Amino acid sequence: MTPEHSTSLATTEDDALLHPIPNPGIEHHAERYTDVDAKAADRAYKQVVGIFGLVPLLAIAFVVIYFAVPRHATANLLGVNWHVHTTLLGLTGGLAVLLIGVGAIHWSRQLMNDTEIAEDRHAAASTDEERAGFVDVVNQGIRDAGVSRRKMIVASLGGALGIVAVPAIVTLADIGPYPTAANRRETIEKTVWADGVRVVNDANRLPLKASDIEIGQLVNAEPENLWDLHGKDYMNMKSKTPLVVVRMDPNTIKIPESRKDWHVGGILAYSKICTHVGCPISLWEQQTHHLLCPCHQSTFDLGNSGVVVFGPAARALPQLPLKVDAEGYLVAQSDFTVPVGPSYFERDSRNDYKDGDE
Amino acid sequence: MAKPTGIAAEGEVLQTRTPDQGGALKTMPAPATWLDERIGLGKLGKAALRKVFPDHWSFLLGEIALYSFIVLLLTGIFLTIWFRPSMAEIEYQGSYELMRGLHMSQAFESTLQISFDVRGGMLVRQIHHWGAILFMAAMTAHMLRVFFTGAFRKPRELNWLIGVVLLSLGMIAGMTGYSLPDDLLSGTGLRFTDGAIRSIPLVGTWIEFFVFGGEYPGDMIIARFYMAHILLLPAILLGLISAHMALVVYHKHSLFPGPGRTENNVVGYPLFPVYMAKAGGFFFIVFGVLILMGATMSINQVWLYGPYNPAQVTAGSQPDWYMGWVEGAVRIMPGWESHWGGTTWSWNVFLPFAVLMGLFYTALAVWPFIEAWLTGDKRPHHILDRPRNAPTRTALGVAGMTFYGLMWAGGGNDIIATQFNVSLNAVTYFLRVAVFVGPVIAFIITKRLCLSLQRADRERVLHGSESGIIVRSPAGGYSEPHVPISNDEAFALTQHRQYPPLEETPSHDEHGVKTSDPNKVSGLRARLSAWYTGDDIVKPTRDEIAASHHHEDEPKQLH
Repeated sequence: MTPEHSTSLATTEDDALLHPIPNPGIEHHAERYTDVDAKAADRAYKQVVGIFGLVPLLAIAFVVIYFAVPRHATANLLGVNWHVHTTLLGLTGGLAVLLIGVGAIHWSRQLMNDTEIAEDRHAAASTDEERAGFVDVVNQGIRDAGVSRRKMIVASLGGALGIVAVPAIVTLADIGPYPTAANRRETIEKTVWADGVRVVNDANRLPLKASDIEIGQLVNAEPENLWDLHGKDYMNMKSKTPLVVVRMDPNTIKIPESRKDWHVGGILAYSKICTHVGCPISLWEQQTHHLLCPCHQSTFDLGNSGVVVFGPAARALPQLPLKVDAEGYLVAQSDFTVPVGPSYFERDSRNDYKDGDE
Repeated sequence: MAKPTGIAAEGEVLQTRTPDQGGALKTMPAPATWLDERIGLGKLGKAALRKVFPDHWSFLLGEIALYSFIVLLLTGIFLTIWFRPSMAEIEYQGSYELMRGLHMSQAFESTLQISFDVRGGMLVRQIHHWGAILFMAAMTAHMLRVFFTGAFRKPRELNWLIGVVLLSLGMIAGMTGYSLPDDLLSGTGLRFTDGAIRSIPLVGTWIEFFVFGGEYPGDMIIARFYMAHILLLPAILLGLISAHMALVVYHKHSLFPGPGRTENNVVGYPLFPVYMAKAGGFFFIVFGVLILMGATMSINQVWLYGPYNPAQVTAGSQPDWYMGWVEGAVRIMPGWESHWGGTTWSWNVFLPFAVLMGLFYTALAVWPFIEAWLTGDKRPHHILDRPRNAPTRTALGVAGMTFYGLMWAGGGNDIIATQFNVSLNAVTYFLRVAVFVGPVIAFIITKRLCLSLQRADRERVLHGSESGIIVRSPAGGYSEPHVPISNDEAFALTQHRQYPPLEETPSHDEHGVKTSDPNKVSGLRARLSAWYTGDDIVKPTRDEIAASHHHEDEPKQLH
């Protein structure tokens, strides 16, 4: 019998080698104080009963607190504002539950018999006899089923069971729309930014005037028509439309030839949605023109068409071409020229701005 | 056996209260007989009640995981009574004044309601969140215990695999759970999940549209995560935990080496009454500690974050701790992306997210089989390894922990930078190198430590322990006499099995004929085997021990 088929746990053939010191057997039981000192045992006994005896008191306190303490009460203690109801409920309930455990373990450690006993293991594997018996009954079953003569039954049943998985999976096909090219163009590749859409402050929804933005200032903005949408459409769009509008001194930044008409006197607009995994980027370093994403620290240079200068992001922030309307308000020239947000497989990323592009 | 403690029973008080030596029962009580006639309670009880479990603190780690899971089920039921998994937009008019008039989802509104208006709601929410954190921490620690002691070896490989699945599903269960309140932080987490799913080549957008029911965020994801979080994942977890427990019962618990412990027995205390009291009591301790944590330690203060808004985020946004290492990998990954034709291959997200997690869990899953292949060992094992006696395994484990820990630190690179006033960029660049170099250094140091400890064990068995007494000889020399160690300890230090490296099977026999042995060892396997076990310090043999006892130079035993 090879070792892997061994059904016996004992490996005695090399015992002298394996055990240079023979197994001395279970160590002598050391008596506890409570084993030898009746007073210690009595103390432990009283402690256990005392611990269990506190539990009903705490449970009653819990119920009283539940009904008697005002649910919105707060108290300032140790410089912390405590939600009194929560804290007191938790302290009484937690201690009650904890003490049940403490009492039970104290009981078992101090008073229950602590002599270690040994129990034999059974091998996980069956004996050779049992294996032979297993083979016999399986063969008997195969004979009874008659499948050795009528092999197609098993094959056809297997095929039938396999194929019913297909309808089961197909019923999930409506789990979501398919991201076909047409669907993508209408969803993840499109926003409500369009020619003439006003840029508004995202907090007070007031349209931004070029003359109101100072050099170094950053304004979080949205398209004015975002609020025409509601519910799911609003949330989906709000995940794509946010802008950071910044004004920089045009002489201190790089503006490529292809984008020289995209800004209004040094006011540039970029997508606020990170090209890494889509967090709204929000930390503006005024002096360096860098914008840092607080999620994964990708850093973009807004003074250089939004290219990545640090971190895990791979693509420049999409820039929104700006102009001013007749009343002097900032408006978009068009939608973003490339999809905003994180990368996806079907994204054609050849049109993104790369450092050095003209 | 179930006799009261002998000496204490003679004490004044106990004598009058303790049942006599035979126990209180003369025959099976009537309800038990009723059950016995229907389900064979007598047979079950006789077999199970005195089942022996070994004692060791490290065996409690898995128990903590089990108990925190039960606490999660109990507190989770409470939360579902009030939580509304809906993304429908409403205007908040509840009792939390700072948010009155704000637009938010019903999910967030009901989270505020549970926190502020349902009595005990805040407490239970916080117990549930702490429970999830403890569940993952206990599972991780339990897995490390099992790894470092070799408890995954035959016959327990299947239970190890179940454990790996439990660990990964626990992570998903936690992630779907903390996404439910629909606050700003959980929404940011969902945004990340969306970006990570999108990055999967070929099928990313398909999975994204299927998971979210269309474009991100849509109005389905909370309800879908809710289904996964309260039905699908708990059902699978419960089933797998039951199987995990059943296998522990079937195999009987492994135990540490010591006198009287063999591969054929298990030494410890019986289930009834000792382990019922200890394990049952420990459940109440875990539950009680979680309640006290929920009472005194505020967690996930969604009312400070506010409702989800895709255009907002706060600095210091981080997932719960068990996602932190993946977060770190995503943060320190360089911005690599390939643009081939009209396609985008987002390595910067796909590698540290899907590929890294896939590799990590696969490596865990296959390790028991790789180790058996390296040692050529096919025996069942019930006596645990002391970590030093498997130095390469222990070193690999510490290297893995180092990798995980550095990745985890990466998940807080911004916090490290702001708290220690160092450059964020420097922290990130350092970690990019450290996640590769750190594990190698940790491996070398750990392996050296293990081998030194093996040497120390050998010294201790052969020469005893240092007595702390310096003796000056008449000739003026100084020496420290050694005291022999106990036989019990000497056994524990020498009982482990050592594995000589596998030898390469010659490809041709002595007649120059190519051999076709199905168990043959390839050259690669032999080299890896030598790398794995070849450095072990050979433990003392019987002859060496006998010789050491008669050693002439050995100072006389002190009394």
